[in-house]
Amino acid sequence: MESPLVSVAWFTIGPVPITHAVVVTWGMMIVLAGLGFLLTRQLRMTPGRLQSALELIVDTVDGQIRNTMRTEPAPYRAFIGTLFLYILFANWAGLLPGIEPPTARIETDAALALVVFCSVIWFGVKSSGVWGYLKSFAAPNPLMLPLNFVESLTRSFSLLVRLFGNVMSGVFVVGIVLSLAGLFVPIPFMALEMLTGAIQAYIFAILALVFIAGAVSNGEPESSDTESRSSS
Amino acid sequence: MNWLEIVSIAGATIAVSVGAIGPALAEGRAVAAAMDAIARQPEAANTVSRTLFVGLAMIETMAIYCLVIALLLLFANPFLN
Repeated sequence: MESPLVSVAWFTIGPVPITHAVVVTWGMMIVLAGLGFLLTRQLRMTPGRLQSALELIVDTVDGQIRNTMRTEPAPYRAFIGTLFLYILFANWAGLLPGIEPPTARIETDAALALVVFCSVIWFGVKSSGVWGYLKSFAAPNPLMLPLNFVESLTRSFSLLVRLFGNVMSGVFVVGIVLSLAGLFVPIPFMALEMLTGAIQAYIFAILALVFIAGAVSNGEPESSDTESRSSS
Repeated sequence: MNWLEIVSIAGATIAVSVGAIGPALAEGRAVAAAMDAIARQPEAANTVSRTLFVGLAMIETMAIYCLVIALLLLFANPFLN
């Protein structure tokens, strides 16, 4: 049986091997970015049907960010929304015949977790400065320093393993059932896999948001938190 | 087939089967608690079920870790080859 941990190069561009997952990701980037570009050409004050649907998506993302962070969602909307939509469609891409979800390969998930790891540092430094962010590792007291450092690494790693394990095991189960039972038997498993994919995308985005919220709120005094909570 | 391979396969099986017990019990308790909460407060059903899904996925991650360990043993064993 083919190992789920090893990626085989599909073709090579010069010295760079290109795998199936990378090609699927490129295709998704083209489709998602193209749709985003085309559908937002003509925005009106009184939205049509399509624009209402798009606004619903953006509004949902905004609502989640507002609920989790208790601040205005504008600085985080693009990152969290893109993360959620990409993982959602990557997980669902497995429903198309001949396409394996890119998130079922550990490299894609590692890249996503790395992006989250870097963005936590970025938002933390942006909100409280380099020294302020570094000082947040020593809170509540300097004894916690190694623990906090290790935690910031392991939580990114657990993001990676969670997404990879869930999506890959789904692909695996569908493959095994298909080879054992036949043509239409895996359909319930694929339906379950759609649900799992949506939940995992939601969890990945929410956890990234929670990590960023932790890094951002370190530098702020407590009063701003209660203010925004009472105003919202 | 040498001993190392046999032990690896047995280890992978044990990792998945034993590692599934804890999350299964935990998920049962979580769902029971959520049902209880929804029965008491049906108007909070949306919030409860959303939080329940996130919590279930968190718990399920424990079983997924065991699965990853099993796959490492089967496909990327550092002691074989």
